Amino acid sequence: MSDSNNPAFPNPVDRRGFLKGAAASAAGLAAAAPPIAFAQQAALKPETGGAVDVTSNARPGSDFMVDVIKSLGIEYCAANPGSSFRGLQESFINYGKNTNPEWLTCCHEESSVAMAHGYAKIEGKPMMIMAHGTVGLQHASMAIYNAYCDRVPVYIVLGNILDVDYRRGNAEWVHSVQDAAAMVRDYTKWDDTPVSLSHFAESAVRAYKISMTPPYEPVVLVADGTLQEEPITEKNLRIPKLAMSTPPQGDSAAVAEAAKLLVAAENPVIVAGRVARTAKGVEHLVELAELLQARVQDQRMRMNFPSAHPLYGNPGPQVAGPNLSDADVILGLEVQDFWGITHKMTGLNKFGMEAHPTTKAGAKIITVSAIELNHKSNYQDFGRYLEADLAITGDPEATLPELIEAVKKLITPDRRRALDERGKKIAEMNRQARARDRELAAIGWDESPISTARLAAELWGQVKNEDWSLVSNDRFVSAWPTRLWNFSKPYQYIGAQGGSGIGYQAPAAVGAALANKKHGRLSVSIQCDGDLNYAPGVLWTASHHQIPLLTVMHNNRAYHEERMYLALLAAKYDRDLGRSDIGSALNGPNIDYASIAKGYGQYAEGPISNPNDLGPALKRAIARVKAGEPALLDIVTQPR
Amino acid sequence: MKTFVLLLVFTITALAQTKAGDTANGKLLFEKDGCYQCHGHVGQGGTAGARLAQTRLPLAAFTAYVRNPASGGMPPFRAKVMSDQELADIYAYIKTFPEPKAVKDIPLLNQ
Repeated sequence: MSDSNNPAFPNPVDRRGFLKGAAASAAGLAAAAPPIAFAQQAALKPETGGAVDVTSNARPGSDFMVDVIKSLGIEYCAANPGSSFRGLQESFINYGKNTNPEWLTCCHEESSVAMAHGYAKIEGKPMMIMAHGTVGLQHASMAIYNAYCDRVPVYIVLGNILDVDYRRGNAEWVHSVQDAAAMVRDYTKWDDTPVSLSHFAESAVRAYKISMTPPYEPVVLVADGTLQEEPITEKNLRIPKLAMSTPPQGDSAAVAEAAKLLVAAENPVIVAGRVARTAKGVEHLVELAELLQARVQDQRMRMNFPSAHPLYGNPGPQVAGPNLSDADVILGLEVQDFWGITHKMTGLNKFGMEAHPTTKAGAKIITVSAIELNHKSNYQDFGRYLEADLAITGDPEATLPELIEAVKKLITPDRRRALDERGKKIAEMNRQARARDRELAAIGWDESPISTARLAAELWGQVKNEDWSLVSNDRFVSAWPTRLWNFSKPYQYIGAQGGSGIGYQAPAAVGAALANKKHGRLSVSIQCDGDLNYAPGVLWTASHHQIPLLTVMHNNRAYHEERMYLALLAAKYDRDLGRSDIGSALNGPNIDYASIAKGYGQYAEGPISNPNDLGPALKRAIARVKAGEPALLDIVTQPR
Repeated sequence: MKTFVLLLVFTITALAQTKAGDTANGKLLFEKDGCYQCHGHVGQGGTAGARLAQTRLPLAAFTAYVRNPASGGMPPFRAKVMSDQELADIYAYIKTFPEPKAVKDIPLLNQ
């Protein structure tokens, strides 16, 4: 059906005009395939048993697919090249002029997805990745799982050849699959396998909309190889208008009840998981905390709350498991493993299992979460069932404004004075905790290997006067940046993997640094050695695309978390304690990360073991990064 | 708590027969048996383990804790894998960790 009477979808225009319009507005436009006679179209279709040798400069379906993707405002497409999407790649780089999206050359599909993961956490929107529907997706799947657990949008397009007539030889048979998305359906939000270009356009727009409706998640679209490479034959192609869904907001009555509990509480605590999707999320959380003069325990999965704010509940190194035993009302905003942080379980060093609450008797628990709108069964990322007193289904960032207004209405002048007194006590606790952290940071200050506190302090000294962004998790360095730095801007921290899948950090940092590049920010990553070894080729991607990023290796020469588990279990079973290096240490020989980085085209120095060499090396490397290139410093560090 | 006190009394009795700690052997054990993995090479502590440097625990309490740690993450090092004498050696080594510099003397911690 033609939409020629609908002003939102004007009459078909020519190819150049169509592209211009689509890129400019992100609104749907009617596509304009050059007319192709049906007879000619039929001649282009290979017939069984008969050789067809027709060449044509007719416009391929992949051109239209590019127009569709351009309409979504996607900036980049990260991919390791694959024959099942060669048509799309050719259209992107020639017809699409390699802009919006620009093609990013990746050396591993896991890197493609993790780059998109890091990018989205800075830019707030998805990057596209492409992969074979079979071998490429198999490589990509762990990174997709991380993004799923971390509630991050990733726009995944898979190549596949459904029609047997079009599979040319063994490679295309082994790269073809009936249902490509099936492998990752358990940890993606939505997928489709369009069988026509019209279908592709509709599903592409729908996929974007679903991915960007909280809870954000990866989505998958299969681009059939035949649809990509055969000429456009469909009439009146059009791109549907992208109408974004509003984020789900908590029920007003429930929000009012939450406000009553919070205002009346003697010691409410706010636990922030994945709260801030945008800068507004940080502003709202600060406003709520200040209204209530309530402590905020930030799980540091996003940049939710300023780390130097007086109401920041400084948990020392135990960011993931804050002490909530003093709270009478706990407000959990998209909290990860809420049950786990409100209960204590028998340690791994003991046999059997017992668990009991760590909250005080009668404490009320309020949850605000959009995850309940997207539960799946197979993978267990939802955590243990939490017996909340008030469970509000909704996106925290979207729900906070109404909660703030409800709280404002309930605070009387008398209550205001009491809350302010509470705030002073929290601020004093915070000040003492910051001072204690500095005392702890001084221990081993001049030791070699270099202490992680020294590493963090030296780095802070070099970046604090820049417009910086820490594009890595800091849990593996005892959260020293969180404890010593001043995180205040929404882009200054991106949290961790989500699914605890290693191999995420290096590519996520590159993706986040790419997002920071256009804003002129200095991106810094504290990079674990074990993680970099999964797919170090991403260092080359950073060099090739001139993505400024300072990578500071946290080189403890081990998969150290696992080494600790082995030692723990050996002790538990009264066995040899000295063998935990087997299978977990990364030494003999030591890995030379500076040489690796140089081989991938980066400025690099190291290994650096003397703490007094660290500051000057950082200065030299940062100068290179500020000039627009990636750089790596290999720092030999204490384990944690 | 009651268990810990009983264990502490028992440990004090047992430790009466332990020789003074050998710091060299303590250092060897601290590294070989993986104490450093959670507590750091100089006992600075971190995400995975408590600070050991400048511990105020006496040897008996230290030994009792290692035998039956309260923390969910700390393994119980029983006598079969670490004797009282070896723990005394490790304790002696921990006590050699130098006093950290004062924070006021470290400009990077006063930023």
